[in-house]
Amino acid sequence: MLSALNRKLFRDLVAMRTQALAIAFVIAAGIAMFVAYLSNFASLERARDDYYRTQRFADVFANVPRAPDQLEARIRALPGVQDVETRVVAEVVLDVPGLDEPATGRLVSIPVTDRPRLNDLFLRRGTWISPGRSDEVLVSEAFADAHGFRPGDRVGAIINGRRRDLVMAGVVLSPEYVYGIKPGELVPDPKRYGILWMGHEALATAFEMDGAFNDVVLSLGQGAVPEAVVADLDRLLAPYGGRGAMVRALQPSNWMLNSELGQLQSFGFFIPLIFLLVAAFVLNIALTRALALQRPQLAALKALGYTNRELVWHYLKWGLVIALAGAIVGVAGGVWMGTAMLGMYQDYFTFPVLAYHLGGSVVLQALVIAVIAALAGAYASVRRAVAIAPAEAMQPEAPARYRPSAIEHALLAPWLGVTSRMLARNLQRQPIRALTTIVGIAMAGAILQVGFGMARSVEALIHSEFEVAERQNMTVTFVEPLAADARYALARLPGVLQVEPQRVVAVRLRAGHVQRTLALTGLPAIPGLKRPMDRHGRPVQPHGDGIVLSAILGNVLGVGPGDEVTVEVLEGRQSVRRVIVDGLVDDVLGTSAYMELPALRRLLRESDTLSGAALVIDTAHEAELTAALKQVPAVAGVASKRVMLGNFRQMMDENMGVMLTFNLLFAGIIAFGVVYNAARVSLSERSRELASLRVLGFTRAEISVILLGELAVLTVCALPLGALFGHWLTTMLVESIESEMFRFPAVFDLQAMATAALTVTVASMLSGLLVRRRLDRLDLVGVLKLRE
Amino acid sequence: MFEIQGLSKIYAMGEVEVHALRRVDLTLFERDLVVLLGPSGSGKSTLLNILGGLDVATHGTVRYRSQDLTAASEEALTAYRRHHVGFVFQFYNLIPSLTARENVALVTEIVERPMTPEEALGLVNLTPRLDHFPAQLSGGEQQRVAIARAIAKRPSVLLCDEPTGALDLATGVVVLEAIARVNAELGTTTIVITHNASIASMADVVIRLADGQVAETTRNTTKRQPRELEW
Repeated sequence: MLSALNRKLFRDLVAMRTQALAIAFVIAAGIAMFVAYLSNFASLERARDDYYRTQRFADVFANVPRAPDQLEARIRALPGVQDVETRVVAEVVLDVPGLDEPATGRLVSIPVTDRPRLNDLFLRRGTWISPGRSDEVLVSEAFADAHGFRPGDRVGAIINGRRRDLVMAGVVLSPEYVYGIKPGELVPDPKRYGILWMGHEALATAFEMDGAFNDVVLSLGQGAVPEAVVADLDRLLAPYGGRGAMVRALQPSNWMLNSELGQLQSFGFFIPLIFLLVAAFVLNIALTRALALQRPQLAALKALGYTNRELVWHYLKWGLVIALAGAIVGVAGGVWMGTAMLGMYQDYFTFPVLAYHLGGSVVLQALVIAVIAALAGAYASVRRAVAIAPAEAMQPEAPARYRPSAIEHALLAPWLGVTSRMLARNLQRQPIRALTTIVGIAMAGAILQVGFGMARSVEALIHSEFEVAERQNMTVTFVEPLAADARYALARLPGVLQVEPQRVVAVRLRAGHVQRTLALTGLPAIPGLKRPMDRHGRPVQPHGDGIVLSAILGNVLGVGPGDEVTVEVLEGRQSVRRVIVDGLVDDVLGTSAYMELPALRRLLRESDTLSGAALVIDTAHEAELTAALKQVPAVAGVASKRVMLGNFRQMMDENMGVMLTFNLLFAGIIAFGVVYNAARVSLSERSRELASLRVLGFTRAEISVILLGELAVLTVCALPLGALFGHWLTTMLVESIESEMFRFPAVFDLQAMATAALTVTVASMLSGLLVRRRLDRLDLVGVLKLRE
Repeated sequence: MFEIQGLSKIYAMGEVEVHALRRVDLTLFERDLVVLLGPSGSGKSTLLNILGGLDVATHGTVRYRSQDLTAASEEALTAYRRHHVGFVFQFYNLIPSLTARENVALVTEIVERPMTPEEALGLVNLTPRLDHFPAQLSGGEQQRVAIARAIAKRPSVLLCDEPTGALDLATGVVVLEAIARVNAELGTTTIVITHNASIASMADVVIRLADGQVAETTRNTTKRQPRELEW
């Protein structure tokens, strides 16, 4: 049986349902985001942990040009090592049926009769490779799906200079390639990059690695310190040219997965925070007004002997009910959004099972933060209303004290009509309220601006990367560096208009204990087709023997201009050299290092070689050209700008598209919620006054000016503030998702700002119209008779 | 029942001080029906609010039975209102979102040994209107709901601030009859504020206030019934 007070609560809420709904929706939006992000975080984390555990994902990874099999026993004997798996790993060119350009394959050796002791594969379809069939391979699911391969299909591979036909016995997943990206690329391209697992003996024979390995992975026992094992392993591998092992945290696929998880977590905190803050603001305004209307009731309840605590609790429950309703809708919405988001991840991260998991703790946290937001919003107004002495509450609220407003004094006094004066004085009388509303509307604008701004940032990034920095429309890479005259051979191919030789070399940069493997690019003195830019559009220009690093790389390595880094070349003579950092470049994609071309050649101790070339081609001949390139054994890969841009856009569209839609929807909810509430509160406060004016002969249009004009003034004040908030927020968000992969240029974008402002204005006008309809139905006699 | 000594109340209204009560001395007895008369601004409501624990005095003491109300804390005053006092206001102050029965239940739910809401509403002859909302009741009916709400806790003292102020004669009489009945049948000490002198003849004691001071206290030798009153 509901107590009388709770019935009052219920009926009061029903009476203010539109406002309550508006607030509940703002809360729901924040909670939905929270649940969506954090449930995805939990789902991915759980899938990752399960996968890593069941497939025995290794803890330490190392490669070495060639080490004898006998070394394995010594590695196994290192303190802390639990298990060891030695392998042969090689990158090859693939000839994929139905694909015009060559693709890259990574061949990894596996035992034939047994399962790998570490990094075991998950067999999705088909069978394991059979003993005695040296042409059988297992293929990564992403690659198989991209081409529609089924077990039994064939793919060509150039292995050690000879083309061989490989039979795909099974389709598998590997914990090592959850994010299967080709080294040096930004976005997975499963059509052009496949991972193939081949019998150990067959692969070792093909690459003349009998009795030897070039890759080793370790698992560690409990309590082992990975860094210590890495140091021991480095010592063992060094005589064989080992270039340093890495811990699991730096393993590329795992690193990507973890950085995505980190991003989910920071989004899951950051965005809901804004929404709940706004909800608290709006609730505060709405409740303050509702409580003002409840003054006589409050007095009666006090006179009846209800204690302050009972009354505070009664009115706080208003906020709580709204918050819980919002939270429930939010959790449901969050589950729906979260499932959609997880589907998106399924395209990029390959897990045997990626099931949506909604943890009880996420739901509980959602409820708790919704309740905290509601209490934070409600408490001050409730406390203030209840603290009033009962005898005082009995009296109708004294006429508000007005003064001529500052604006009137300032300049406009003689021209302001009576209605405008009322408007100005109303605003001035409740500066806090006006400010809160302005801040609320500004937040909505800011959220919109972030959404639009992110989309624009992606465009800016695409523009700077694919149009300004890279003016070629095709890039060719060779299997091995070739002599200078290869450029002339390229120039003779069909459709090639311009050739710019490139020298890019895989290196490991080391500073102290930190290391990163990446591509070091040689730049010509006069920038040609490819001219890397910093994020302000200035070309990167290394000098002398120095090296220029991405700013984020400098950060990771802990070096700045003037410091030294060790450059270990990972091909050819494998020279190791200490180089001075010439400068840091604030670029946007990946991590890069640049040297002057002559300096790079001195470092490599070679003359006029090229590892690839940037081409300008006649797109009409693109198909013809890629077909021709596919026939050249020296060509390892062909990257068409069209394809790369397509991949990039597709990923961004899929990711950002979903985000942006939600963002727009939710910002719309906020804008509408804030403005509608502000308008309703004003209407409720002014209805007597406005009705009196109507009785005096004012027209509807005239009284609308007083009410809607106030709203318009607030909205106009909120727009610049929103732009400022939006800029801060974009900067903060961009910094929070900044990674070694992307650094979005946080552009102060006028178009995003204008679009956000326009959307807020429209939302504001819509709520104004809704309220205006109520104004038209104002019951003149009724309003005047009623005592507030 | 009430011992009032040197009671003063000063309100600060912006820059001006308003002396609502000036050194009032009074003694009120159990079971009496007291009428407080006086023009508006004479301090009637202030006195009533202080007696009811809704307001606190600036100077002087008010003792209810043996309790010093002027020294009581906010919590003690709340408990005093909750257990001993019933209020009836000029504008009824019903909760518009609750029915007559529920408005009374507001009180019966928080006190010990109350009447049932039905009993209380029966005492003011509102049994047929139990489930009506305030907006569906006439002014007199609303005021009778307020009286039912005030007496449902079986208060020791019933305070009525202009209970008929917003009502016409006939309705006012019905309300006054309800008040007189409560005073007679339950023995509740009752204090009624009015500026209508003709109501004074239904009282045991009539106190006239003027300018914040007691101008005159008279004890009626004969009480009239409300229906015999002339407006």
